[in-house]
Amino acid sequence: MKRFMGAIALVALFGAGGAWVLTSPSLQATGTEALPGGASNLENGRTLFYAGGCTSCHAVPGAEDKTRLGGGLALHSPFGTFYAPNISPHPRDGIGAWTPEQFVRAMRAGVSPDGRHYYPAFPYTSYQRMNAGDLRDLFAFMMTLPAVEGRVRDHDLPFPFNIRRALGFWKLIYLDGKVFEPAAGKSAAANRGAYLVEGPGHCAECHSPRDRLGGIVSEQRFAGGPNPDGKGVVPNITPDASGIGSWSKSDIVELLTTGFTPEFDSVGSNMAPVVKNTANLPQSDREAMADYLKSLPARPSAVKKAPK
Amino acid sequence: MIRPVIVVAALALGVSAVVAANDPIAERKDTMKSVGAATKTGAAMAKGEMPFDSVKAQEIFKAYQQAAQKFPALFPDNTKTGGNTEAAAKIWEDKSGFTAAAAKFEKDAADAASKAADLDGFKAAFGAVTKNCSTCHESFRMKKS
Repeated sequence: MKRFMGAIALVALFGAGGAWVLTSPSLQATGTEALPGGASNLENGRTLFYAGGCTSCHAVPGAEDKTRLGGGLALHSPFGTFYAPNISPHPRDGIGAWTPEQFVRAMRAGVSPDGRHYYPAFPYTSYQRMNAGDLRDLFAFMMTLPAVEGRVRDHDLPFPFNIRRALGFWKLIYLDGKVFEPAAGKSAAANRGAYLVEGPGHCAECHSPRDRLGGIVSEQRFAGGPNPDGKGVVPNITPDASGIGSWSKSDIVELLTTGFTPEFDSVGSNMAPVVKNTANLPQSDREAMADYLKSLPARPSAVKKAPK
Repeated sequence: MIRPVIVVAALALGVSAVVAANDPIAERKDTMKSVGAATKTGAAMAKGEMPFDSVKAQEIFKAYQQAAQKFPALFPDNTKTGGNTEAAAKIWEDKSGFTAAAAKFEKDAADAASKAADLDGFKAAFGAVTKNCSTCHESFRMKKS
């Protein structure tokens, strides 16, 4: 009997040890390569900053200047409330003391400089597609923005979601660590559109339904879903009849420029700040994004429309 | 012959007024549609897809002002839900903010009307006043479909 109990204890110990190993932030190998040398391209960094929509979550809520990335916005979710942190260049309260390598690691692997997991409310499942040169340029651009003092409060998450270490399991399922690879048979513009939408633009993060663990349901990617931050829905952006199948390329470009739909409704809610960002992109980038969205597989809306 | 027509017309007017008075959700949706239709014309003129017409320009800003004047009264407390409304709860949580947003829209539309004598003036004025659309929708509208 004693031996039996001992065996159980041993198994439990190995189980715990295995879980500890499997949830290690160092298991995500992505974002550890050497960065390209040479000077950073600030103009490219600025473009990626607006493609990435950093300000939508990290700007100080209610402030006029959207480049003050002091954080504080509350993101309500089924798992609890997340508070967007300060990512301004403030050396103590923001990310001003980070190295570019640490920034790349955070964006791709969702791992902080002190080796802890970030919650995927920070959409690193999309940002992991970004290449090292672009991330270096983005970081350099962000370092030119105003430093904002003040740390943001901790997330408000109930057990068990408050166990950060457990995110290691989540990442084993949902974080593949693959950087975007341009498709050989496609034009530079087509690859650019795919990169912007899937990578920095992180469109799928809101425009897809999520499963019970909070991962994107891949067969319904871009087919819309319930609004993760409250009531209402996020629309289907695939070329299905229940999505934007009737939209022309210029209709999509118009939306990303002025926020107007073909019926001259003006997009609101969480999409309004997105348009403020995409309006700052070069026209060619908005066109590439529109082309890519039109090339997506048509999928029926993940959320059924309410009867009229 | 004239009299029955007048009676019927009066009745029709009366009925539609009653419907509107009883159904603020339907009326605010129609009001929003009139804003959208005006914006469609305005965007076409601003982009040069339609020739500039100062009368039409004034009609657009007039439609905006009329809609803005109506909005605050079209969201009574008993219309928070129902009728597939996409009104966000914030309209009632922040009534003064909502009323102020409508007042700003009205004022900006009046300002725009005074600056839209030619195409260039119209373009600038139209661009400025339509910023109200996204600002207001960002806080006060929640898409349902």
